Amino acid sequence: MSTMRRIDLVGFAAGAIAAHPMRSALTSLGVVIGVAAVVMMTSIGLGAQQRVTKAIGGLGSNILIVRPGAARAPGQGFVFQAAGSGQSLNDGDAAAIAAQVEDVAAVAPSVTGGAQMAADGTNWNSRIEGVTPDYLVARDISIAQGRMFDDREARQGKKVIVLGKTVADNLFPDVDPLGRRVRVGTVPFEVIGVLTARGQSGMGQDQDDVTLGPLQAVRSRVVGRRVKGDNVQAIYVKASSGDTIDRVQEDVTNLLRDRHKVRNGGEDDFQVQNSASILEAMQASTQTFTVLLAAVAAVSLVVGGVGIMNIMLVAVTERTREIGLRMAVGARRSEVLYQFALEAVTLSVVGGLVGLIIGVLGALLMAKLGDWPIAIAGWAAPISLGFSVIVGLVFGAYPSWQASRLDPIEALRRE
Amino acid sequence: MIAFKDLTKVYVMGEEQVAALAGVSLSIDRGEFTAVIGPSGSGKSSLMNILGGLDRPTAGSYHFEGEDVGHFDDDQLADFRRRRIGFVFQSFQLLPRLTAMKNVELPMVYAGVPPEERRARAAGLLDRVGLGSRKDHRPTQLSGGQQQRVAIARALANNPDLLLADEPTGALDTHTGEEVLALFRELNAQGLTLVIVTHDLDVAGTARRRVSFRDGHIVQDESEAPA
Repeated sequence: MSTMRRIDLVGFAAGAIAAHPMRSALTSLGVVIGVAAVVMMTSIGLGAQQRVTKAIGGLGSNILIVRPGAARAPGQGFVFQAAGSGQSLNDGDAAAIAAQVEDVAAVAPSVTGGAQMAADGTNWNSRIEGVTPDYLVARDISIAQGRMFDDREARQGKKVIVLGKTVADNLFPDVDPLGRRVRVGTVPFEVIGVLTARGQSGMGQDQDDVTLGPLQAVRSRVVGRRVKGDNVQAIYVKASSGDTIDRVQEDVTNLLRDRHKVRNGGEDDFQVQNSASILEAMQASTQTFTVLLAAVAAVSLVVGGVGIMNIMLVAVTERTREIGLRMAVGARRSEVLYQFALEAVTLSVVGGLVGLIIGVLGALLMAKLGDWPIAIAGWAAPISLGFSVIVGLVFGAYPSWQASRLDPIEALRRE
Repeated sequence: MIAFKDLTKVYVMGEEQVAALAGVSLSIDRGEFTAVIGPSGSGKSSLMNILGGLDRPTAGSYHFEGEDVGHFDDDQLADFRRRRIGFVFQSFQLLPRLTAMKNVELPMVYAGVPPEERRARAAGLLDRVGLGSRKDHRPTQLSGGQQQRVAIARALANNPDLLLADEPTGALDTHTGEEVLALFRELNAQGLTLVIVTHDLDVAGTARRRVSFRDGHIVQDESEAPA
């Protein structure tokens, strides 16, 4: 029966590590770098995922976006054609969707154009979107001040606008914008509302640098050259819930194929994108990216483990006589094995702890410098420590086994 | 206490078989002070390794206080060495990064002795071998004779039944060698059983019984009448 106290094994391991502080530090360095790299890389990946989620969330929930033009080849993702290059959607399509597709909460046709905007002595280059009042519902946007134009105003083409926060701040830095006049291009509009600020999108776009005007007025007076007749550049369709969105997408697609007389097997002249599926695709790709980064970082952890094995093999050779002596005074082979294994695990775990701290600090620093969302996984600590224990055990196993198999007579004779 | 019967030890060197011990029978009683003498290659080292539980005989039996040590497995041999044997080596075999105290404590660590008791016993043993003032010195800060005294204190740590010394004065000058032998005689007088393996007849003269080896056989076994 083994009689040794377990705590004394810890003392042996600590003593051996403390006997060569510099060597021990360098041995652990590999694991330090490995764990720090894993923590930082997964943080980058998770940050990217959060960004994507936020970006897609900015579109509004349960939303479908219908755009003119054929769907892109899969590899191109959602790179759209230049605005106005497709002319296949119009007001009638939007009205038909609203009238004929079930479980639709809001339908909002839209045209967009860049515009130079000027107020009294100030001007701002921004983007104006011609929409219907339902646009707010579809995109989950609210009014901070004043009001949205109503259906009647939209239909009549009244020249009223609702400013995004950024536009309002730049055109009217000191005064209340409500009731003021703004020239959009050459056309004067009256400000009737200001949108609630939404901040930056996940992609870094300022979502408040936008102005909403009635579809009719904006289409005919501001972006008229690029959008003919009653064409629109996008139709936002909000499904009543996440459960119905897939069916709504199918119905919208069928309806538009019907309306546009697309024959069976023919290519659609429009595309319908689903915010959920965009999100899914983007998340899948960032997840792949995260796993890839972590895998690359994990390689450095393995390299760190090889470093530990290397030094432990050297230690076993150097300390052959010590091992022989320990056996002569009554150490069992298993006790020698545990002593060296514990040494390897201790080196690895200390490296893992230091690496974890460096990794977390590094991730925070990157978040600060790179304007990247902070996303340190909660599992970073247990996982990295668990991995350092495993690395220590795996790479310490062979040297420890060698130590325990030494013949005490031979070992004592070694110079 | 110790009984060897027809003990053989055969080493395989490539194709050749070398018999280091060729049928040795020997018994040693409690309290004896025995010197095993012989030139190198006579088989005395093989005998010592088997006696100390570092090696197993090829054939024959080895009983220690009735226990069949010759057929112990590795763990049983380790336990046997820890409980019953104290080794003293020619080259001291102290761990260089440990103090004299820690070196003496080492066998007690494997025996599971708690730290306070370890320290108390190690201090007592160092006092006993005359190194009470050198407890916290490292081996490199001690002379050869002092190092061998630390090694003897370590050998006594777990109250062994047998102290086994392999050329204990081989690395010492005559004077310090004499001192170490005097310490052995003192320990024997206190009742400890000792076996010294040596090729030095002067050293062997210290012991009360001399067993001479040549070519794996005992060629002479002479005892002095107890004083």
